Amino acid sequence: MSEEILAPMPGSIWQILVKPGDQVKEDDELLVLEAMKMENPIFSPVDGVVKDIKVKEKDAVDVDQLLMIIE
Amino acid sequence: MDWSVVAEVIKSTGFLNITLGNVVMWVIAFTFIFLAITKNYEPLLLVPIGFGIFIVNLPLTNLMHEDHLLWVFYHFTIYKWDLLPPIIFMGIGALTDFGPVLSNPKTLILGAAAQFGVYVAFFISLFLGFNLQEAACIGIIGGADGPTTIFLTAQLAPHLLGATALAAYSYMALVPIIQPPIMRFMTTEAERKIKMKQTRPVSKLERICFPLLATGIICLLIPESAPLMAMMMLGNLFKECGVVDRLSNTASNELINIVTIFLSLCIGAAMPAELFLQKESLFIFCLGLVAFAFSTFGGLVLAKTFNLFLKEKINPLIGSAGVSAVPMAARVSQVVAAKDDKRNFILMHAMGPNVAGVIGTVSAAGLFLTLLR
Repeated sequence: MSEEILAPMPGSIWQILVKPGDQVKEDDELLVLEAMKMENPIFSPVDGVVKDIKVKEKDAVDVDQLLMIIE
Repeated sequence: MDWSVVAEVIKSTGFLNITLGNVVMWVIAFTFIFLAITKNYEPLLLVPIGFGIFIVNLPLTNLMHEDHLLWVFYHFTIYKWDLLPPIIFMGIGALTDFGPVLSNPKTLILGAAAQFGVYVAFFISLFLGFNLQEAACIGIIGGADGPTTIFLTAQLAPHLLGATALAAYSYMALVPIIQPPIMRFMTTEAERKIKMKQTRPVSKLERICFPLLATGIICLLIPESAPLMAMMMLGNLFKECGVVDRLSNTASNELINIVTIFLSLCIGAAMPAELFLQKESLFIFCLGLVAFAFSTFGGLVLAKTFNLFLKEKINPLIGSAGVSAVPMAARVSQVVAAKDDKRNFILMHAMGPNVAGVIGTVSAAGLFLTLLR
């Protein structure tokens, strides 16, 4: 089963902290989204493996945009 | 050698005329510059303000005497024509995204509720013996909006300008320290964990119509707010119309920077020791804090009241963002919410009351001017 990580708000990708194939645990920090000059960490909702990362650093993203897939 | 000439030369220097008050003000000035450089506290404001305080307290320089440098800056750009705050507001408009207000217009009311402290401090100031005009300028500190505080004080009580401006800018910087304890005290953990639905997208047409409509409605309702409101909405129209990027960039970058230099220098210059080191300044700082705390309280209470009637609950923490320190107050709402649930993102929801708070503070200032000038 895969879990889609969506952007919770518009902003830009400040930092990506994992790479495809990485094992992650629930509450691990996956990436940092910058919005209103504030760095907002995005945490993994599940244990799993990073299957795909759909964005790169400095990308502007919109709300609900797919950022990452955890399997 | 004629020693009387030497004595005259020595007397003409400032050294023999330094007062204890001057020294106290230098310490304040150097503290500001030190905090700006080493701690990065609001450096764009504190460096010129600190330097302004320093030079206006150098004896015999007469920089604030009629027709001298700082007097000319202060007199013509603030005191006489009140020119700088509206220009700053044009820059603020060009930097502000009113999308969150448009997608959730309820937040306009939260921005108004967060002006509660303005009126509380106004009445307490009256009770403490300040006159109506002075009380209004102290109350407006609760809006946490520096340029509006300067705009109002320059017209109603210019002798208080240094203290009110400094208090307003100080409390803007201290938002992350002052607000969270009040926010936690006023809300339950369950309330702080409320997740809000994503806001709806706002069309370009709505974004273009908003500054035009807001200017028309608010300026007709409170004509005295027009200098700040109209300029802010002009800047916002530059940003949203998409055909004058050069003007939008100038208003939000070079122009706002230039004006900030003169505005900050003038704030510093408005603080000579003999004017600033009075018990009234201390009162103003205390009352400013009261105003700011009650504004935070007002926004939270109204957000909680909304939840009694709304089917889809709002996170009451967005209410405290109605004080207009943009986007600092909204960021504080996000930080406090994330402490209880790190997957709760209310930042963009809090931007609604936050930008609405700017409109609320300008409207309150306009109301004071209408009633008290």
